[in-house]
Amino acid sequence: MTTITRAPGRTAAATAPPASVRIMAALERYLTVYKRNWHGSIFSAFILPVLFMISIGIGVGGYIGTIDGWDYLSYIVPGVLASGAFQTAIGESTFPVMGDFKWTRGMHAMRATPLRIFDMIAGWQLYIQIRVFCGAVVFLIISALFGAIHSPWVVVTPLICALLALSTAAPVSAFSAGLDNDSYFSLLFRFVVIPSTLFAGVFFPVSQLQPFFRLLAYASPLWHGVVLCRAAMLGGPTPWPIWIHVTYLVAFSALGLWWADRAYSKRLKD
Amino acid sequence: MVSALALSPARVGSVINRNVGALRSGPSYWWVLLSGFFEPLLYLFSIGVGVGALVGNLHVSGQTMSYAAFVAPAMLAVSAMSGALAEATFNFFFKFKYVKTYDAMLATPIRPMEIAMGELAWAMLRGSFYTACFLAVMVAMKLTTFWWALAAFPATMLVGLAFGAVGMAITTLIRGWQDFDLVFTGQFAMFLFSGTFSPVQNYPTGVEILIGLTPLYHAVQLIRGLSTGQLSWGLLGNTFYLILMTAAGLLFANRRLTKVLTA
Repeated sequence: MTTITRAPGRTAAATAPPASVRIMAALERYLTVYKRNWHGSIFSAFILPVLFMISIGIGVGGYIGTIDGWDYLSYIVPGVLASGAFQTAIGESTFPVMGDFKWTRGMHAMRATPLRIFDMIAGWQLYIQIRVFCGAVVFLIISALFGAIHSPWVVVTPLICALLALSTAAPVSAFSAGLDNDSYFSLLFRFVVIPSTLFAGVFFPVSQLQPFFRLLAYASPLWHGVVLCRAAMLGGPTPWPIWIHVTYLVAFSALGLWWADRAYSKRLKD
Repeated sequence: MVSALALSPARVGSVINRNVGALRSGPSYWWVLLSGFFEPLLYLFSIGVGVGALVGNLHVSGQTMSYAAFVAPAMLAVSAMSGALAEATFNFFFKFKYVKTYDAMLATPIRPMEIAMGELAWAMLRGSFYTACFLAVMVAMKLTTFWWALAAFPATMLVGLAFGAVGMAITTLIRGWQDFDLVFTGQFAMFLFSGTFSPVQNYPTGVEILIGLTPLYHAVQLIRGLSTGQLSWGLLGNTFYLILMTAAGLLFANRRLTKVLTA
């Protein structure tokens, strides 16, 4: 029988925990913070979608016949589901990320532990995935009460939302990591987030847009998320083959993660 | 304690001036300032024009109008509201609780009421910049005429004052940034239901009465009446409601500022 003895003076650095443990530690940190602040997101996450469905889906929808054979509420519900995930992902990747670098210095604290840069990013992304997944499930339950679910494929929509969230949260985290002033977030919201939400096929088909703006909608990850969710919930075909939509989102995610890794490393170098 | 009634316009002006200086010192401030104008415009094009193409014409109280013409005045009212609220809630809170701007101001001859009025005037000015641009777009898109747009402009300023004052009053009660979720939810709920996207007459009577009590409804009624040239006595009631909001908000904000900052 052998006994393992550790040489005195050689501690954490030599025996860094495996990656999974490190990522879980980062995730735990974010969940602990959320446990203290959850009431800061509960109204907007659960009440707003319901109000939205009543006002636009039923109120405005009352004036609209059908789109592709579906009533207006059924048409927009998958879009609102995807745009909810999109907005949560971006919201969580702006002020909280910059704040952890600039105001609370949480990133610097994590850097002083055996965590690597990528562990911090992965832990944060996992946290966002959990938030988005739970939000999507609650939203689907509400939609079911409004009779807006028409296909068993609806079960894959939380996964689509999770992929959409990664593809947007990763690059936006990278963007936030490079900032020193929150004014740029106003620009991000006004020139990227709100236009995407309003024009990327959530409320009306992108075929109504002028060709130039249609191209912008195609470039937005949100549009790909919206059409995938819509196909899953209504059981129809996607505009392009499914693999193209999925590949686009996966590519966006991979590039975003790579950029985030660079941006975090640069910010924490000193 | 000195009376809150003896106010100096110069001191109120210096509170406004501080905001101008702070805005100019930030990076890319022109972009941030200008970008605020695009928000309601995007809504107008998306919901008014995009969804409007699906809706067709709308029949409201005996009149037929395009959906864009129905939505545009509401977006104008929303733009006046959210421009003023952005300053009076989030920015005001930041200065009130974290940066301690008002503690610093009170170390000068400036009084709490002058802070409240200066901040409110600034919130209204910033909102008015957006509404003036938006009115110009409405005239260009033939959604209103030049003269009715001119008549609607002072109404948007009143809307800015009313929401700025009440927003500021509410912000003095806020404990931490988490509470803003409630404020935004309330703001968004009003945005969805105040006769903005569909006429309130469509709702059940109970809901219609409830909406009649909320402020954005009065703002939308007033601005829609003026910008479409459909005058009625009801507009006076809407105006009175907004003036009352302004006065009540200012007095409450003054009381809280005095209590919290000079105790």
